[in-house]
Amino acid sequence: MLNGPDQQAWSPSSRELERRNARRQISRKQITIAGISSVLVLGALYTLIITSPGWQVVKDTFFDLDYGREVLPTVLRGLVVNIQLSFIGGFFIAVIALSLALIRTTKSAALTPFRFLATAYVDIFRGAPLLLIILLVGFGVPALRVAGLTSNVIVLGTVAVVLTYSAYVAEVIRSGIMSIHPSQRAAARSLGLTSGQTMRFVVLPQAIKRVIPPLLNDFVSLLKDTGLVSILGVTDAVRAAQINASRTFNYTPYVVSAILFLLITIPLTRYIDRVIRRSSAKQNSEGAI
Amino acid sequence: MSNVLELVNVRKSFDNELVLNDLSLTVKEHTATVLIGASGSGKSTLLRCINLLETIDDGQIFLDGQEISDPLISVDEVRRRLGMVFQSFNLFPHKTVLENITLSPIKVHGIAPDQARDQAMVLLKRFDLADKADQYPDRLSGGQQQRVAIIRSLAVNPRVLLLDEITSALDPVLVNEVLSIVRDLKHDGMTMVLATHEMGFATQVADEVCFLESGMILERGSAEQVLKNPQNAKTKDFLKRVHEAGRL
Repeated sequence: MLNGPDQQAWSPSSRELERRNARRQISRKQITIAGISSVLVLGALYTLIITSPGWQVVKDTFFDLDYGREVLPTVLRGLVVNIQLSFIGGFFIAVIALSLALIRTTKSAALTPFRFLATAYVDIFRGAPLLLIILLVGFGVPALRVAGLTSNVIVLGTVAVVLTYSAYVAEVIRSGIMSIHPSQRAAARSLGLTSGQTMRFVVLPQAIKRVIPPLLNDFVSLLKDTGLVSILGVTDAVRAAQINASRTFNYTPYVVSAILFLLITIPLTRYIDRVIRRSSAKQNSEGAI
Repeated sequence: MSNVLELVNVRKSFDNELVLNDLSLTVKEHTATVLIGASGSGKSTLLRCINLLETIDDGQIFLDGQEISDPLISVDEVRRRLGMVFQSFNLFPHKTVLENITLSPIKVHGIAPDQARDQAMVLLKRFDLADKADQYPDRLSGGQQQRVAIIRSLAVNPRVLLLDEITSALDPVLVNEVLSIVRDLKHDGMTMVLATHEMGFATQVADEVCFLESGMILERGSAEQVLKNPQNAKTKDFLKRVHEAGRL
């Protein structure tokens, strides 16, 4: 703490006062410019949409407030299915992805065939469109007519999503494992830890911490991609909206469904952004490690 | 005094570059062997080969008479008997100081967690770090981190402690707090092999000083002989350069 007569007696010099005044003027000018430009652009967009020849029809078929209120409970019930699917699927994805990542990063001779299989698995499911996988699993598995195999569309849809997302998440975890500096491994091994113990107690805890932000991003994608299982006839939010829309030829349910998804995903992504900012600030303070 | 460590005609190369050239070295119990030489002379590689972090191309390494360069030997079992401290500390950033120290005793040596913690606290107290026990490494100064790293490798009672330029990443003020631990260990009779650029320190602790150049030991002897009265022209040249850099 600085104190003493100088510190207390200080008042800004006239030059500093002038500078402050100038800065205030600059910022006032910038606020005015931002305001005018916003009003102009948004106003132009608004006018363009409102005065377009089809606006009245679009307004009636997509933004029918009363109808929207009517279908809200049905769509909301559908959304619960999406959320359940995301959490149950998320659990299996975590388990499978972690196993895949560990198998792909191990050097153990006994696991060689599994390493090939895991690589092939990741290549296939990361490279093929999710919608195709859902269709193939959803219609292909029941067609096998194997006794005991389910033909429940919710289960099959979840399986398809889990298959695909496990491949994505496995690669994220693997990149985390690879990002841990070899010196950490050297230190652990020189303390006598086996390669398995080194992975479990030293590498993996650091790797997972590092990939939490991208994993949360994948969770948001998962949540909205569960909407794709509607193609199998699962009554999720998308399907519920579709049923109502095709009954009345009014597309407001789609908009309701989209808004409901956004109400979950936007806050979630904002939260993730904060997590990323915090973790990158922390890593910077840690320096080279 | 028995031979704890014995290297016989050890050879090691990386991508056609010969790093250790027919190198032989014997380390007796309770002695400190100091490796000096320019960067790239093979000091670090020598230590990493002893710890089996690198596989040698030819020759033999013995620990307490047992050949550890035998590919059939359990590397994990060998490393349990060796301690290694690195230039860049390599503490585990996600574990506290105490967890860093007790990880190996608990998981590798099967010591009960309470007992391992007690033993770690004894070491931390001895080296004035008891108040840091529950802190994470990034909260510590470089000197404190390196002292923790030394304690971490001491916690498993190694037969030999390998110290790889442990003060090179520290500023001069912090160097001494780290070196004083090594002096204490020398006093305790710990068998050590250390690579260092601190010639004054080498003089204080070394029972034998080895000057390495191009993967060979060109000159060896007591600190007095090698550092004060070198015979080999290259040793003289190296020491002259070190002297000019103000480290002697």
